[in-house]
Amino acid sequence: MYTQGLASGVDTNERQLEDAALLQRFQERIDAEERIEPNDWMPEAYRRTLVRQISQHAHSEIIGMQPEGNWITRAPSLRRKAALLAKVQDECGHGLYLYAAAETLGVAREEMVDQLLAGKAKYSSIFNYPTLTWADIGAIGWLVDGAAIMNQIPLCRCSYGPYARAMIRVCKEESFHQRQGYEIMLTLCRGTAEQKEMAQDALNRWWWPCLMMFGPPDSASQHTDTSTRWKIKRFTNDELRRKFVDATVPQAHFLGLTVPDPELRFDEATGHWVHGAIDWDEFKQVVAGNGPCNTQRLERRRRTEQDGAWVRAAARAFAEKEKSHRNAAAAA
Amino acid sequence: MTEPTRTEAAIPLWEVFIRARNGLAHKHVGSLHAPDATLALQAARDLYTRRGEGLSIWVVPSAAITASDPAEKGMMFEPTASKIYRHPTFYEIPDEVGHM
Repeated sequence: MYTQGLASGVDTNERQLEDAALLQRFQERIDAEERIEPNDWMPEAYRRTLVRQISQHAHSEIIGMQPEGNWITRAPSLRRKAALLAKVQDECGHGLYLYAAAETLGVAREEMVDQLLAGKAKYSSIFNYPTLTWADIGAIGWLVDGAAIMNQIPLCRCSYGPYARAMIRVCKEESFHQRQGYEIMLTLCRGTAEQKEMAQDALNRWWWPCLMMFGPPDSASQHTDTSTRWKIKRFTNDELRRKFVDATVPQAHFLGLTVPDPELRFDEATGHWVHGAIDWDEFKQVVAGNGPCNTQRLERRRRTEQDGAWVRAAARAFAEKEKSHRNAAAAA
Repeated sequence: MTEPTRTEAAIPLWEVFIRARNGLAHKHVGSLHAPDATLALQAARDLYTRRGEGLSIWVVPSAAITASDPAEKGMMFEPTASKIYRHPTFYEIPDEVGHM
């Protein structure tokens, strides 16, 4: 199955001597749209790229539970609370599918979690922004999950089988997330002037960080070339960002909200919306750990891990006890 | 790979199989970690059947699975490719006989 790589481990030194013929054969399989499965031969750099990408994706889902979890106890109705609980539970599930997909590449989940807790692993910059009002829950579902869907749909055709399969499950579930977010925004926009103002404020704060979610512009992205050749990535950062803007601007107009970009205009010639300049310094700062909530998010994650230690220990002890009872019964 | 920094023992890995509805076989849907079979089943329920995806779940310790090696797929599967007489289209039956 997919997990054999864990048992056999990966001998990195052995793989240094990669045969040019193997590499060529690998690229031919990729070009023929064949899926690569865990025990297949793959270049070390392909494995490394995937471990980095899938684990960061998993961390993002797990850390992403925090900004929304912040509003579960204060959701304005039972309907909203039930939906938000289900959504946050989904994010946890997405994280677990993804950790499992990464494990098929020979890295243990514990190792990935330790890297996150040690502050050595990255996760999506967007989750380092605070959720100040209830409208932020609407904006996250509509914009953050909307951006995630743009990014994840092409990943359903990623060349690495386990990642692609995990993405198919994730995409099926994300659609509910985006719709529940947009419904929250719609309700606020059809409410009092104060509620509409709240929705506008949330859009103002989330719009630019959402555009940054797609990563650096194509002119500056380091990973795009090889990832494209290996069909891990099907569209460039800028292409996905443009799709998102094209899909989202009309949705904002339907809500009667103003996108916080004075330079935003529709280009008749290309049929696309053109946005103003993105503040990449802000993006770099957040990725470097200096966003509004980086410290808080990691502290929370570390505390949760510590608080759960006794539960894991108890479950392990119980499993051991049951096992020894079974062995004793079998021996008798 | 870096050395693991934690002192906790790793939690065993399980493969999850789900029967979507009666009449279909159990199908592999993914993996999860759990200390024992009971918790593995509960976690599989929470993780893989939040939207009515199944009527029955199997969990199997991943370590109990023996897999074929893809590098040996030639030796393993090629012999079937050359035995075209195992397929119905190998045999010529006149059209007049009708569907067979």
